[in-house]
Amino acid sequence: MGHLIPPSILPYVLPVIYGVVIVAVLPLMAGYIVLLERKVMADMQARLGPMRVGPHGLLQPIADAVKLLLKEDIIPEKADKLMFWIAPLVSVTMALVAYSAMPFGPAFQIADLNVGLLFILAVSSLGIYGIVLGGWASNSHYSLLGALRSAAQLVSYETAAGLGLVSALLLAGSLSLKEIVQAQYDQGEWFVFSVPIGFFIYLVGSIAETNRAPFDLPEAESELVAGYMTEYSGFRWSLYFLAEYANMIIVAGIATTLFLGGWLRPFPHFSDHLPGTSVEIMDGLPAMVFLGVALYCFWLAPKQPVKIQKIVMATVGGLCIALAGTMVAALFGPEGVRLGVYGGFWFMVKVMGYLYAFLWVRFTFPRYRFDQLMRLGWRFLIPLALVNLIAVATAKVASQEWGWYPRITMILATIFTLGVALWLASRDAKQEPAVEAAGGD
Amino acid sequence: MALNYILFAFFAVMAIGSSILMVTRRNIIHSAVFLIGALLATAGIFLQLQAEFLFVVQIILYVGGIMVLFVFVIMLVNLDVSMRLVQFNRQKWVAGVLALVLGAQVLFALWVGRGELRLPAPAVDVSPRNTEAIGQALFQHYMLPFEIASILLLVAMIGAVVMAKRRV
Amino acid sequence: MGAPTTMIAPDYYLLLSLALFTIGVIGVLTRRNVIIVLMSIELILNAVNINLMAFSRMWGSVDGQVFAIFVITDAAAEAAVGLGIILAFFRNRETVLADEMDMLKW
Repeated sequence: MGHLIPPSILPYVLPVIYGVVIVAVLPLMAGYIVLLERKVMADMQARLGPMRVGPHGLLQPIADAVKLLLKEDIIPEKADKLMFWIAPLVSVTMALVAYSAMPFGPAFQIADLNVGLLFILAVSSLGIYGIVLGGWASNSHYSLLGALRSAAQLVSYETAAGLGLVSALLLAGSLSLKEIVQAQYDQGEWFVFSVPIGFFIYLVGSIAETNRAPFDLPEAESELVAGYMTEYSGFRWSLYFLAEYANMIIVAGIATTLFLGGWLRPFPHFSDHLPGTSVEIMDGLPAMVFLGVALYCFWLAPKQPVKIQKIVMATVGGLCIALAGTMVAALFGPEGVRLGVYGGFWFMVKVMGYLYAFLWVRFTFPRYRFDQLMRLGWRFLIPLALVNLIAVATAKVASQEWGWYPRITMILATIFTLGVALWLASRDAKQEPAVEAAGGD
Repeated sequence: MALNYILFAFFAVMAIGSSILMVTRRNIIHSAVFLIGALLATAGIFLQLQAEFLFVVQIILYVGGIMVLFVFVIMLVNLDVSMRLVQFNRQKWVAGVLALVLGAQVLFALWVGRGELRLPAPAVDVSPRNTEAIGQALFQHYMLPFEIASILLLVAMIGAVVMAKRRV
Repeated sequence: MGAPTTMIAPDYYLLLSLALFTIGVIGVLTRRNVIIVLMSIELILNAVNINLMAFSRMWGSVDGQVFAIFVITDAAAEAAVGLGIILAFFRNRETVLADEMDMLKW
């Protein structure tokens, strides 16, 4: 195949293919994450969720997409047409551009930039314009207020999240995402175990950055109608929606790459082999999990009340067996295929786990009021992130220059930062009644 | 090599086009959006010059920070009235001619010295990489300006907060 | 990541920088709206940055880029303070036109 393509464009072929795959798969994936969210919400609220469209509601995203595409495109009369048209485009473009530096697997990365992490942060900060210009262009008070609040919130929590990332970056030693995963492989453990507070700060910061509950005041239905998205309908609204979910996957991807080991499997250095083969035991884990799920599905299938559900269960069981088969087949294939398949699998598992944490938090905590939100960001998270950064840097210096054990220094740094966090939290709790009594500020 | 020229031409046209549009728009928000375009094109030029750290710094600070500030203030002081008034002041012709004369002077200097700037030898060694090189330079040779810049930012922060506060 | 490519002639970058600088100067001198004047000043600073970066690449040293970082820092500080002043002025006089900001005390 290599000799069919002129050498001048050969380096560009694979990235273009990856780009096309990402842009094609992403809207579908975003739609199914919405369905997943509704199902998880239903499960946490002891009900069933969408069940009508397709078996167990599996075709719901398709129905939603068709509806949104066919809706009438309304532009408010006095709206600024250029801005109205550009704003959703900016949001979606920035969300998609950030995928170009994301490492989905050892070889599945469009561009391994030297400053990959900063690039993704930069592009995420450009997404603010989609919100601000959208709110402005709608020529409506609710939209503008929602947009300005959302932008202020994004800017505040971006700082805190970035500082949380830097504390993990100190351990990695490079801004290139591929090398960060490599550093986690070299150090033998994921950075979440070395800097758990950095992970927590990034978790909170990323929930606020993607405008998810409990930080979703700017787009909460009961507060500002839909904030900056109020006047958008049909396809434009779906662009904003896609941008929001694409952003969620990006922040989950960053958290996975930096803190959860990227595409590494849980115990990357535990290389005990199955006796007699070159297959490592830990690599057999995904296949066994899929087999277990398949058996569970087959066991549940006869117990379903309705025939269609029996068929659905059996199909799901069959799919799991097929996946298990693919995993096992990849084990015996060439090295590249094996690394690719397993790397992609572990990356998706971790991203889904992080997104599940997002969903869990959404349906557990009540919404923050805007002044509480800003107070949390500026008076708790940013000082905590700075203290965490100093502590981790000190720990690293202590272990490198003074020869202390790295694990001990990190644990000491974590304990110190926890103490500071408790102090910060108690300070805010003491102050809040005074602020409330004075009628706010 | 050709890709170098194409990228440069693309970003240069985008920068000049956006800046001309920025200076001539009636609607301030449109001007701000075109300035964002010009700044993004400048960031592209930085990337094309293989200065990747400045590329991301330009986007994070300039486009993601300073321009957000501009857009916020424009939304706070927006006067639909001002959009219907005369946009250019009374000295526009004199000022325009003077600016063009200034530009022509520098252009003459560039013309006289064309071809005199020597191109660099192709670099074979890329270590330390751009970010690390800047970090080393900032924290070793340029430590004093770095500290002064941080004090400058502190003073600017205090100044901006004081200026924008409502006197209750 | 690829090997570093050769640079195109620095003259092109200087011409681009000159063009942006001239447009910025025209913007500062001819517009009435003070906010657009401030934005044109940012454009001038960007033109200077392009100049610095081109020469930094030409000489192969990183000093120009450090200088450019300081220019960006200064631009941020000046934009913040300038916009604060505009806001304060707007609250008092309801105008953002440079022609109408003509009294030192009223």
